Amino acid sequence: MEPVPIPSQTVGPFFHLGCTAATRSVSDVAGPNAKGERVRLICRVLDGDGQPVNDAMIEIWQANADGKYHHPDDLQEKALDPDCRGFGRLATDENGTCIFETIKPGRVPGNMGKLQAPHLNVSVFGRGILRRLPTRIYFAAEASNSEDPILALVPEERRNTLMAHPDLHSRGHWHFDVHLSGEDETVFFDV
Amino acid sequence: MPKEMTRNITYRRHDPNSQPTSLHPPYRATIRRAPRKPLIVLPHTLSEITGPVYGHDDIAETDSDLTRQHAGEPLGERIILTGDVLDDGGRPVPHTLVEIWQANAAGRYRHQMDEHPAPMDPNFSGAGRTLTDANGRYQFVTIKPGAYPWSNHDNAWRPAHIHFSLFGPAFATRLVTQMYFPGDPLLPYDPIFQSVPDENARQRLISEFDLTTTKPDWALGFRFDIILRGREATPFEA
Repeated sequence: MEPVPIPSQTVGPFFHLGCTAATRSVSDVAGPNAKGERVRLICRVLDGDGQPVNDAMIEIWQANADGKYHHPDDLQEKALDPDCRGFGRLATDENGTCIFETIKPGRVPGNMGKLQAPHLNVSVFGRGILRRLPTRIYFAAEASNSEDPILALVPEERRNTLMAHPDLHSRGHWHFDVHLSGEDETVFFDV
Repeated sequence: MPKEMTRNITYRRHDPNSQPTSLHPPYRATIRRAPRKPLIVLPHTLSEITGPVYGHDDIAETDSDLTRQHAGEPLGERIILTGDVLDDGGRPVPHTLVEIWQANAAGRYRHQMDEHPAPMDPNFSGAGRTLTDANGRYQFVTIKPGAYPWSNHDNAWRPAHIHFSLFGPAFATRLVTQMYFPGDPLLPYDPIFQSVPDENARQRLISEFDLTTTKPDWALGFRFDIILRGREATPFEA
């Protein structure tokens, strides 16, 4: 058999059994003792008609507050934070929502010697989604966004789809909407 | 910037025909859920070449044997399901989490949203997980799932399948797929299976009956190898 990667297929409507039931979901991307600015990330998934998607799954992968990934291929001489494993995954509820507890990640290197702005790496799965949809969450009004090499690849008028926005009433709460399709379609990446 | 911060790892890109397109109208749910705008090609940075190291801590022995998770045995045809997780250079992917979920032998999931009027099996949860060994090998014991109807189109039936979820070594290698059984007459009619444009790639989703894995007087063996994306060879890599 030729060693060609296997095709993706949808997670279907019953992924909860294998991925998010009981101990398999992870809402604490960073535990309460993790170093860094606390973030409660309220994510919502909407379809092309703007209707909430109640059977999607969101996964998060992020660096710790110093910009270090909890992974052997991150060779930076920075300390790991045992309270920030950097992984989360949750199913959306009947309102298309799921809530992660984390910290704002530090800046990690991009390519060509440029630092990236603080961001979370996101995978969206769901019924009707044949292959995962990778996107990113940046923080609105973060000064370093203007020098982020990945945001620079995104047409300016679409960059806002990658921004989490602070809740005006609750400090540390951020909102991020994923529009799978439609006028405000979120930027998805070919990773 | 210190040299080690720019170590040049990237993962090979997919052949587009080997993967389903997001929009595949015969699978109706894609119509409202598939993005229409072009994907933006993301160069691989530290964010994509790293990924969650997850699920290593709390795996119980019965997690990989779906026939021993309850007091009694589930009904159905007992099967041993095994295979190698490899990268596209043929190298094993060791110690990575493999998660599965499936319907019972009657084609019913233990899930509140499954309304198919087929019997539940009190002895079957239909979820398992395991880690690949040092050689990238995994094995599950389970029962063969039944086919079941769905509302996609008139007289629509899903072929028997088992869902697989794998992380691999990086964010770039994350994969969720479905495994089918050889000779299933429903495969030509299934828009999810048929969403993969390339015929050879599609065939990779079908497990093989394996007499070597089959245990006499006990269970049929099926083999399902899973190839994940591999690293691009670069002059900077040792």
